[in-house]
Amino acid sequence: MTAATLGIVLGFARTLRHAGVPATPDRVQAMVTALDHLDVASPVDTYWAGRLTLCGDPADIARYDAAFAAYFGRVPIVRPPRVVTRLRAVPLEADEDEGTGEGGDAQLVGRASRQEVLRHRDLAALSAAERDEVRRMLALLAPRVGRRRTRRYGRARNGRVDLERTVRGMLRQGGEPTRLAHRARRRKPRRLVVLADVSGSMEPYADALLRFAHAAVRAAPFNTEVFTLGTRLTRITRELRARDPDVALRAAAAAIPDWSGGTRLGDALKVFLDQWGQRGVARGAVVVLCSDGWERGDPTQLGAQVERLARLAHAVVWVNPHKGKPGYQPITGGMVAALPHIDQLIAGHSLAALERLVQIIAEA
Amino acid sequence: MDEATTSPQALADALERTGYLPDEGLATAAFLALRMHRPLFLEGDAGVGKTSLASALAEVLDAPLVRLQCYEGIDAAQALYDWDFPRQVLHLRAAEGRDPDELERSLYDRRFLVARPILQAIEQAPCVLLVDEIDRADDEFEAFLLEVLADNAVTIPEIGTIRAETPPLVVLTSNRTREVHDALKRRCFYHWLAHPSYEREVAILQRRLPEVAERLARDVARVTARLREADLLKPPGVAESLDWALALHLLGARYLDADNAAATLGAVLKYHEDAVRARETVLAELTG
Repeated sequence: MTAATLGIVLGFARTLRHAGVPATPDRVQAMVTALDHLDVASPVDTYWAGRLTLCGDPADIARYDAAFAAYFGRVPIVRPPRVVTRLRAVPLEADEDEGTGEGGDAQLVGRASRQEVLRHRDLAALSAAERDEVRRMLALLAPRVGRRRTRRYGRARNGRVDLERTVRGMLRQGGEPTRLAHRARRRKPRRLVVLADVSGSMEPYADALLRFAHAAVRAAPFNTEVFTLGTRLTRITRELRARDPDVALRAAAAAIPDWSGGTRLGDALKVFLDQWGQRGVARGAVVVLCSDGWERGDPTQLGAQVERLARLAHAVVWVNPHKGKPGYQPITGGMVAALPHIDQLIAGHSLAALERLVQIIAEA
Repeated sequence: MDEATTSPQALADALERTGYLPDEGLATAAFLALRMHRPLFLEGDAGVGKTSLASALAEVLDAPLVRLQCYEGIDAAQALYDWDFPRQVLHLRAAEGRDPDELERSLYDRRFLVARPILQAIEQAPCVLLVDEIDRADDEFEAFLLEVLADNAVTIPEIGTIRAETPPLVVLTSNRTREVHDALKRRCFYHWLAHPSYEREVAILQRRLPEVAERLARDVARVTARLREADLLKPPGVAESLDWALALHLLGARYLDADNAAATLGAVLKYHEDAVRARETVLAELTG
């Protein structure tokens, strides 16, 4: 490869990194080697050499296409795969009719703005002394999920005879049977999935709930998934893996485009189930859904999706901050539709309520 | 084998002769994987032809296909090798009274080793190793796989290192039930396998099921493409459209109509909700 071509490839990699695709040096190296085997002068070969080596996720492909078009003029393949749009966060447009109005607390409905508010919330603005104290305590929570039996076996003190290890013991003793080894099914923690509603009406609680989710991710980084629901579905598991809660929440806030916007809970839940839940994320998991149930869309859609979720998941726990208020009745349209399908409805308005949630998750 | 690996187009033609019709990107990916000895990592919806690519490649290369099906909790003993303990004990009993040192050496002989898929692939190379549904295995297994793929060798403490002379062509597939670790993806060619275009799907149907009437193949491809856009719980893949076309053909259909479509819907749609939805929308258009 000539120095000029190399310069072009490196420039493209830089463009790609700006577009958000992690084109690491080893990946770029792979692209250069791939081009040695292909025709550098052919746009199609260049396109595929880069796409096969620099991308690592369906979401990367859309960004790759955009960066390729920006850098080289156009994407040289006839039909960019349609599926890419399906796997991005899908914007759910607000419908034109008025809110469903069930049990309408005018103030709260008013706060859930009709338009998706694409703004990045500054978490640094919350600096009251009690809030800091609560945050420190939230960081100490370590939500862990109950365990399930797997199909693998491990050593056990009693149970079925472990033929393999018994025989291995015999081999060491020159073929004489000595002690029987036993085996039993291993146990593994279930997956925990947190779905947090970040719409306007949940704003006062969202910070605490996301900190709770961060504590859960920290406790079991590869067994916990966190998504936010609003007008879009956003996966923030990766952002929450940062050790420091403030760093993690800043990263999450930057990733959530619809913070304090409206809610289309049923539709967002459907997107979650289509793209993640049914594929395996929700299967056999303990799912914690944090929302006040103010559904601006069709409550029957929410009911159907919660039912679908309940069929996939091991347990569905609904955390509703309003439940902690005296005289609360689950009468909003969304809550009524979802109620028959959920296993537990608990409050999430205070630290004590969240501690109770830790306990429920562990026993689920 | 040599002729097929001269260019992506030559490989695409060779694959086509086996009955697998790849698009340009997939042919380039497979070509580069062969030439650069890098694993090929395929993601895509179920039934788009991830697994069948591996068998088609094995056919093109005239090499054996070794398949490792991943599942939760899979470990090295299932993927790599295991000792045949009962046979070792029998051997021990039969050889009682011999020199203990020699006996011990003879106990860890290759013939008491049970080769599991990865060791089989390394011993049989050149071959195609299909690691199917890697997303079902645990993270720890990925790390282990990474190690084996990096040096194409397996070290067995009692025997030594077994190295592949020509590295096997490794094809990994994932259905995205879990995000596979970046470290593994980085060492592979990543290809997202989309559903085929209408023309390609018709070509696949005619290629794989030459007995099916052309009109029926076109109808099935068209309606399947519509079903994929109908917002279903499980959109049908190529595997389903092949099943559907064959089912219709066996019922003697020459084209698709509302009645035979309804009777054979179970071949394409695997959820009750999807079937209801399809009857209301896509299939209703057939009558109209």
